[in-house]
Amino acid sequence: MTYQADENGYYGEFGGAYIPEMLYPNVEELRQQYVQIMQEESFQKEFKELLKDYVGRPTPLYFASRLSEKYNTKIYLKREDLCHTGAHKVNNTIGQILMAKRLGKNRIIAETGAGQHGVATATVCALMGIECIVYMGEIDIDRQAPNVARMKMLGATVVPAKSGSRTLKDATNEAIRDWINNPVDTHYIIGSVVGPHPYPDMVARFQSVISEEIKFQLLEKEGREAPDYVVACVGGGSNAAGIYYHYLDNQEVGIIAIEAAGKGVLSGESAATSALGKEGIIHGSKTLLMQSPDGQITEPYSISAGLDYPGIGPMHANLFRTGRAEFISITDADAMKAGQELAKLEGIIPAIESSHALAIFEDRKFKKDDIVVLNLSGRGDKDLSTYIEYFNL
Amino acid sequence: MNRINKKLQEDKKLLSIYFTAGYPDINDTVFIIQDLENNGVDMIEIGLPFSDPLADGPTIQESSTQALKNGMTTEKLFQQLKDIRKTVNIPLIIMGYFNPMLQYGVEEFCKKCEEIGIDGLIIPDLPVDVYSEKYQAIFEKYNLINVFLITPQTSEERIRFIDSVSDGFIYMVSSASVTGSTSGFSKDTKTYFQRINDLKLKNPQVVGFGISDKQSFKEATEYSNGAIIGSAFIKHLTKDGTRTISEFVKTIR
Repeated sequence: MTYQADENGYYGEFGGAYIPEMLYPNVEELRQQYVQIMQEESFQKEFKELLKDYVGRPTPLYFASRLSEKYNTKIYLKREDLCHTGAHKVNNTIGQILMAKRLGKNRIIAETGAGQHGVATATVCALMGIECIVYMGEIDIDRQAPNVARMKMLGATVVPAKSGSRTLKDATNEAIRDWINNPVDTHYIIGSVVGPHPYPDMVARFQSVISEEIKFQLLEKEGREAPDYVVACVGGGSNAAGIYYHYLDNQEVGIIAIEAAGKGVLSGESAATSALGKEGIIHGSKTLLMQSPDGQITEPYSISAGLDYPGIGPMHANLFRTGRAEFISITDADAMKAGQELAKLEGIIPAIESSHALAIFEDRKFKKDDIVVLNLSGRGDKDLSTYIEYFNL
Repeated sequence: MNRINKKLQEDKKLLSIYFTAGYPDINDTVFIIQDLENNGVDMIEIGLPFSDPLADGPTIQESSTQALKNGMTTEKLFQQLKDIRKTVNIPLIIMGYFNPMLQYGVEEFCKKCEEIGIDGLIIPDLPVDVYSEKYQAIFEKYNLINVFLITPQTSEERIRFIDSVSDGFIYMVSSASVTGSTSGFSKDTKTYFQRINDLKLKNPQVVGFGISDKQSFKEATEYSNGAIIGSAFIKHLTKDGTRTISEFVKTIR
């Protein structure tokens, strides 16, 4: 039994490609070629060189001694926050821009919620000298002004998504529409392990560098490749897919997924998809999603802009359904407290997404000699105004 | 014989109109259908509104958002259409995205359609591969024709596969676009229409996307059995409400 995607892009019963015919040629071209292109020696060489010299990989696997002492277990942080542009997102955009070049595309589109994926996409487009259009919900543009400015400075065009609820899901709809209207020259860089096959698998493969590095880093520090637990927050789930990837089929490794409970799972203002979602179709993928009884997709809420997506990637839906992963939801308040704690104990200000993952140590006890590796997926710079407002700093 | 097949045998170019159920007003559905038939429209696509209509442009998306705000649901639509066959004879197709049907239950949805007298479905995000593997038997059990789209980018091999799975007509999308984004046809589009014509498919073709007036209707139907108008009609409803449907139809033919 494997928890990886099969050749049709299904993780158990989740995944696949539920797309309008207008998208079929684009998605099919990618599906037929992505594995082969990724395995080419020249691709791997260029990808690895850029990850090393441009992104700054490998990112450290840091033993958080004061945090470990407080919670009486062994906690390692995978420092994705130290990547260029401030989060793990760039691992995927580097991979996809190289993919786009090999497919002969000269125009890039992307969706973004908080702006992190938009910035990571604008960055690699600048690096390669390729035109970049980023769709962003009108409401998010107002909430995330610094990231909008960064994208513009990097030469990208930011297009407001004015339809529907004017947030991430609508930005994704607009990006898909753009791709329908521009089927020949454009590549769509999706930012998470969501969307139609082959995106969830392709993005997971690009992010798998995270667990690939943990294997040798942990071997060096602990004499073993596999920890007892890997922990990550899940919005769409790309940083989680990256840290789980090489441990998915190793049952000795416990997998823990942290979702955003918002103001409480039952408050009506939440993004805890596994708890609140039902099986359905969103953005071309069969997965768990938050929806009305009538099948209309509902708008999630979290204090963290990177976690308020109404679905989760099909890999994670399958991990939940099969019981392979433990799903825990963390409220805004507990996440903010955990972020503050990491800053004071370890001198690291985390992104609020990662703060959700960090809140697990108050919620769940680990044994003294358990090795827990937590993905510190992003840094807190982008969230400073939220922290300032929340803590009256 | 299904009403769609029967209609396609008539010696005329079909005019088919799309509208979003529950728009402009929640209770306009039945009146719009009756009035379209009274004004000589040959077939109707009843749009089941969805929160995230990926293949549609702003006009249809906005009408869907408004229809949902008005309180339209799958169950509500079925209630409104309950007695539709007492007054309406032309083919009726429900056009909607797959998720609401999945939540209703695909078999339950199809069963309800047959009871009401719906003749076919158009589901843009249910790909032909998944349909033929998982759902075709259910659709056939309830005598529903499923209509698939092809575009200028669809390969001949795939068109032939779609033709083999189809049993009504093929929805020929006029250009690489979402709904409502173009008007009038380029030379390339006409070449594409001609190319599809030359394939001699077993299913007739009906053109959709980019048809808004007499001229584009005439051009589209030179190469096909009919044409579908959606966004242009929604715009008319937005501007004029439901009182002047006859005037709209007159601008087309």
